[in-house]
Amino acid sequence: MDVKILLKQLFPAGHDVAFDGQFFHGTGETPRGKVAIIGSIDAAPIGVELAFRMADDVLKIVRDHPGRPILLLVDTQGQRLSRRDELLGINGYMAHLAKCLQLARNSGHRIIGLVYSEAVSGGFLASSLLADRCYALPEAQVKVMNLPAMSRITKIPLERLQELSMTSPVFAPGVLNYLKMGAVHSLWDGDLSERLAEALDAPAEGDRRRQWGEEREGRKLARSVSERVRHAAS
Amino acid sequence: MTSYYEASARERLHALLDKDSFREFLPPTERVVSPHLVQLDTPAAFDDGVIVGRATLDGRPVLVAAQEGGFMGGAVGEVHGAKLVGLLERARDEKPAAVLLLVESGGVRLHEANAGLIGVSEIMRAVLALRSEGVPVLVLDGGQFGCFGGMGIVARLCDAIVMSEEGRLGLSGPEVIETTCGVEEFDSRDRALVWRTVGGKHRYLLGEADALVADDIAAFREAAIGLLDTTPDLSLAALAAEHERLGARLQKFGALRDALDIWSALGVAKPEKLPLLEADAFNAVVAGKRA
Amino acid sequence: MEKLTFEFFGGAPVNATCAPALVGVVGSGNLEVLIEPAALDGACAIEILTAARGFGETWRAVLDDFFARHKLADVRISINDVGATPAVVALRLDQAVEDFLGGEK
Repeated sequence: MDVKILLKQLFPAGHDVAFDGQFFHGTGETPRGKVAIIGSIDAAPIGVELAFRMADDVLKIVRDHPGRPILLLVDTQGQRLSRRDELLGINGYMAHLAKCLQLARNSGHRIIGLVYSEAVSGGFLASSLLADRCYALPEAQVKVMNLPAMSRITKIPLERLQELSMTSPVFAPGVLNYLKMGAVHSLWDGDLSERLAEALDAPAEGDRRRQWGEEREGRKLARSVSERVRHAAS
Repeated sequence: MTSYYEASARERLHALLDKDSFREFLPPTERVVSPHLVQLDTPAAFDDGVIVGRATLDGRPVLVAAQEGGFMGGAVGEVHGAKLVGLLERARDEKPAAVLLLVESGGVRLHEANAGLIGVSEIMRAVLALRSEGVPVLVLDGGQFGCFGGMGIVARLCDAIVMSEEGRLGLSGPEVIETTCGVEEFDSRDRALVWRTVGGKHRYLLGEADALVADDIAAFREAAIGLLDTTPDLSLAALAAEHERLGARLQKFGALRDALDIWSALGVAKPEKLPLLEADAFNAVVAGKRA
Repeated sequence: MEKLTFEFFGGAPVNATCAPALVGVVGSGNLEVLIEPAALDGACAIEILTAARGFGETWRAVLDDFFARHKLADVRISINDVGATPAVVALRLDQAVEDFLGGEK
């Protein structure tokens, strides 16, 4: 979905989003009050500058707009692949963004992620997956890696990966896999402004993804294994 | 001197922690293996490549995890990730002096890619929640497989990172960048270039790592003990200060091509000599120059 | 992957308080060996999951030699193997027994 159409549907009461290259930000009006928006377009690769820019926005929101919910609308093909980004420490810039979002969370800001187009690997880790809850449009493209590349690196025949991906959600691209495994809470369709209102009303309850993954039978061990470690006799 | 680089994860734990103090959670006898590898005809490990447990360090209670790089490059799968998350959540209950993460990982395990990615995200949230409650998380990075992918992000969420010269810390591995962007962009077989870009000495000088130690488990132990009284600080003031530093880094170094140029800009007179120095000599030469 | 199982009899019981031991790593050319006490009516049970198919006879020979060196009863040995050579297998088995009997944790 084109982001301008998306914004209109999310914020029928209006918004002031401004675009700057692949980055955009602004504020949207909702019946629950103003919502801060941070996003990207064109499957933006996330490099040091973009991660830093997003962190900048988060800090400004925490400082200037206490309690304002933050909506992440990040369209990304993943981390930017370059020697320069590695040299400068892209992992550190992404971690910084994550810390700023945690500050926002600790300060009472709700953080909502909506995958409206692409979400890939490190780019996904540094954006929508940092939200209290991550949602997605039905047409969202979510993955770690394409099967052909996965086949080349793991040396597992592509046909085998394709065959298995029919019955197992554990490695292949697809938003339904991420839904089943608990990373995506639910898909949004219909009236998106209503979906947003429901998301704003949802309780802030910590990271429930393992529970959802178990309930949906996409990740049958993560919750129980983590609980066993947590409560293992000393 | 016992090489941290050469040691297995189990050997590192036993040499690092107080003698006979380590107790493993979900030990190999429990056989909590990956449920996904068998369908890909790939061997599993009884501990799924990560050892978690409790111990004391210098008499202080700690929770520890060590990733085994020899098993699938230490990459994170469903069980592996869940063990780490469980350990971090246990730390919220028990409030040890610190959590020690002996990281050695290529990131997400492709054989279980989605489970691995989500697992890494859960580790990230768990580290941040734990630090928000005042328990420090310390990273040790000095193994053969480095600390890459999602674990590279996790490492920088923690309170401090101790690296040896042999250690590497980054996001995308040099091979991935070379395959995608060409050898001109990053020659992954140029070892000197790789270590200048993502190795311990550069990370220390850049301000990504907090200590540069010799490849010696005793040196890692000493550095970890020194960091036990770190107080996590995720306040607005702390993050704003970090934001300043990261912004200054882009301004000062964003146009520089190679780590040698960055080290030079930091005031190192003979940057080309740094890779040749042992840890003590290196630390003496760069004293006061770290970004 | 191939699964192989072997049983040996006539060994001497170990101290039942011996703690389980694990040596090795599941990497190329390597293996991990887990050894633990087990109530098996005196048997020494060895189970192998190996990525290298078709080496059953080689495993039998290596394990026969191993049992001649260490006649243990009521132990279970579990192996995850990624194509280790007989020499490496024998080494890991000996290391595992040493840790097991020596009480090393």
